[in-house]
Amino acid sequence: MTADISVRKNYLNRDYSIASWLTTIDHKRIAWLYLVSITAFFFFGGAAATLIRLELATPAGDVVETETYNRLFSLHGIVMVWFFLVPSIPATLGNFLIPLMIGARDVAFPRLNLLSWYLYVIGGTFTLAMAIAGGVDTGWTFYTPYSSLFANGQVVLAVVGVIVAGFSSILTGLNFIVTVHNMRAPGLHWTRLPLFVWANYATAIIMVLATPVLAITLLLIALERIFGIGIFDPKVGGDPVLFQHLFWFYSHPAVYIMILPGMGVVSEIITCFARKRIFGYDGMAFALLAIALIGFLVWGHHLFVAGESVYAGVIFSLLSFMVAVPSGIKVFNWAATLYKGSVSFETPMLYALGFVGLFTVGGLTGITVAATAVDVHVHDTYFVIAHFHYIMVGGMVMAYFGGLHFWWPKMTGRIYPDRWGRIAAITIFVGFNLTFFPQFVLGYLGMPRRYHTYPDEFQLLNVLSSAGAPVLAIGYLLPLVYLLYSLKWGPVAGPNPWDAKGLEWQTPSPPPEHNFDRLPVVTQEPYAYGLPKRDSDAARS
Amino acid sequence: MAYRNAIPTPPGAEAKPAPQFDSLRQQYEADTLGMWIFLASEILFFGGLFMAYVIYRAAYPEAFEAASGRLDLLLGGINTAILLTSSLTMTLADDAVLPRNRKALIGWLAVTALLGTVFLVIKGVEYSVEFAAHLAPIFGRPFDFPEPHTEQARLFFSFYFALTGLHALHLFIGIVVVLIMLALAIRGVPRLEAKVTIAGLYWHLVDLIWVFVFPLLYLAAHHG
Repeated sequence: MTADISVRKNYLNRDYSIASWLTTIDHKRIAWLYLVSITAFFFFGGAAATLIRLELATPAGDVVETETYNRLFSLHGIVMVWFFLVPSIPATLGNFLIPLMIGARDVAFPRLNLLSWYLYVIGGTFTLAMAIAGGVDTGWTFYTPYSSLFANGQVVLAVVGVIVAGFSSILTGLNFIVTVHNMRAPGLHWTRLPLFVWANYATAIIMVLATPVLAITLLLIALERIFGIGIFDPKVGGDPVLFQHLFWFYSHPAVYIMILPGMGVVSEIITCFARKRIFGYDGMAFALLAIALIGFLVWGHHLFVAGESVYAGVIFSLLSFMVAVPSGIKVFNWAATLYKGSVSFETPMLYALGFVGLFTVGGLTGITVAATAVDVHVHDTYFVIAHFHYIMVGGMVMAYFGGLHFWWPKMTGRIYPDRWGRIAAITIFVGFNLTFFPQFVLGYLGMPRRYHTYPDEFQLLNVLSSAGAPVLAIGYLLPLVYLLYSLKWGPVAGPNPWDAKGLEWQTPSPPPEHNFDRLPVVTQEPYAYGLPKRDSDAARS
Repeated sequence: MAYRNAIPTPPGAEAKPAPQFDSLRQQYEADTLGMWIFLASEILFFGGLFMAYVIYRAAYPEAFEAASGRLDLLLGGINTAILLTSSLTMTLADDAVLPRNRKALIGWLAVTALLGTVFLVIKGVEYSVEFAAHLAPIFGRPFDFPEPHTEQARLFFSFYFALTGLHALHLFIGIVVVLIMLALAIRGVPRLEAKVTIAGLYWHLVDLIWVFVFPLLYLAAHHG
């Protein structure tokens, strides 16, 4: 195998020049472009979070000024949401894997795919420029009138950056939808589609239909700042709350952009390391689409205390509860897949199991805040912060790392040290809970979000939370070290180190430029664990 | 339609799909589906603005009617007719996409681009009149509108400039796309079926958006 990999032409060794990377239209290389840039933004946003936790270690405001603190949490939110979470799994693993999983040579529009990455980079540049020029103090939500009448930061730079990154995500979504519809290999019916592909498909629908509403909303803010038109200006009869409606019409579905791909990753990992078919495939695929659909109808639960009518509140509350049904289906089906499986605990599996647990906590507290009466108590407190970090960080980031570890051998052809992988996964799990669990209690006791000082009685819980942050940081830095190490010194992986069943494992690692030496013909479901071997080994050379 | 007519491939014409596709048909279907999805995205983009407008119009009906009465219904009406006609000529261009009709294709594309340009010129005339009449609440310019609707009229004209401005931007992009098609047709590039169909889809959407913009803005004063 060693000789094989050094001689064989693959997508990585065919050309090493920088220009060949920056002009590539190979979906696998574009995935790497995203991986590198997203990792940079992840640590940038993480640095802001570190400063926030440092400040909150003591009740007094002693590390940064109030104004600086506002800019820090705004920067953290903007960077993490639009430059890490939204593109994280779709743009990296999705780009890399969807064509491989459906037996295609590339996505439908490879040039558009490269354009998406450039748009992402341009949007990111605006965001960096915004940060360097002093940042914004609006929070990541850009609520009017903080972002309009009373803006005293670089609002225009910030919203233009987000709009441009939004177009990047629209184009990625468009590419995925067309790819899944038109590029499937012979025999790959919709009912044989891996759940990872289903998850990205559902995500792509949200990206295409919700992101343009964000674009127009933020564009109106930009027009208000540049041209002086006043669509959200109360002086001329404009309604600042309308901004919140429009913003959340995107941003709540966007929460599902940030979690559905993770569900796809976890489904692939759990079935592989339980050596069992996924339980309830149809229900799993249906649940992904149902979450995407219902996700469009729940935005009003962000406005329970913003003067929304009682009737609207009741409807939005009920619809929000409904999201729990497909989410519950997923959690129960993962559990049922594990039941009586031959479960083993390699690194990706630890992340996947961590995801299931943390997502369950995040999901259940989501029901808590969807109840109108309870929400009045915990709205804008640390309870909400803890809730969505359990989904976003405990869910999506765990899944992202799990997926990265699962498919790393496919992407690089190398295996990382599994022991270090497990240590990192456990460190992240412990660090995460230490950081965010105390925030549930803090929020319930009444500590509001977005303040840099707090009463003395909150200090113990805040210190616990701040103590968790460095543990989490170490957990995130470890993979950076051993994954890079594995690139050079890791053992050669071979085409299918996990003995997994998906199409992507039927081709060499790293895959050749056009993915398959011979295009595969699909004769089986993607999770044929415990079933006889594929009768057709067509793709293998 | 055009694609189906195009089979079998005329001899000598380039007939290889892009490397990621197995066949030209697959490529054509992917291209058109991609455009349709993009259009869905565009509809949501304008949809957000339409919704905001409708909410304010419901909140301030008298002010919006009074402000709407200040728009030039004649020029707006002419522009509507021009844009609808341009959709017809775009369809005729799409119909003439086969190589044997190259002259007709060139003609209809040219007419389409011309009509789009005339629309923008007329729109520019309207803007200049409104600027002169102090109806443009942008860049801190003076805004004159009789009481009691001064403030909400500002809101109306904010929407007017945002909606028509974004529409004009889209139309401008459409004209550029049609001109590119025109250049390809003049240079005798074979197999323009997919490209012209897709350009046409975009053109019709820009037209369709105007079909909503026009009554929302211009006819608000003239209902019932």
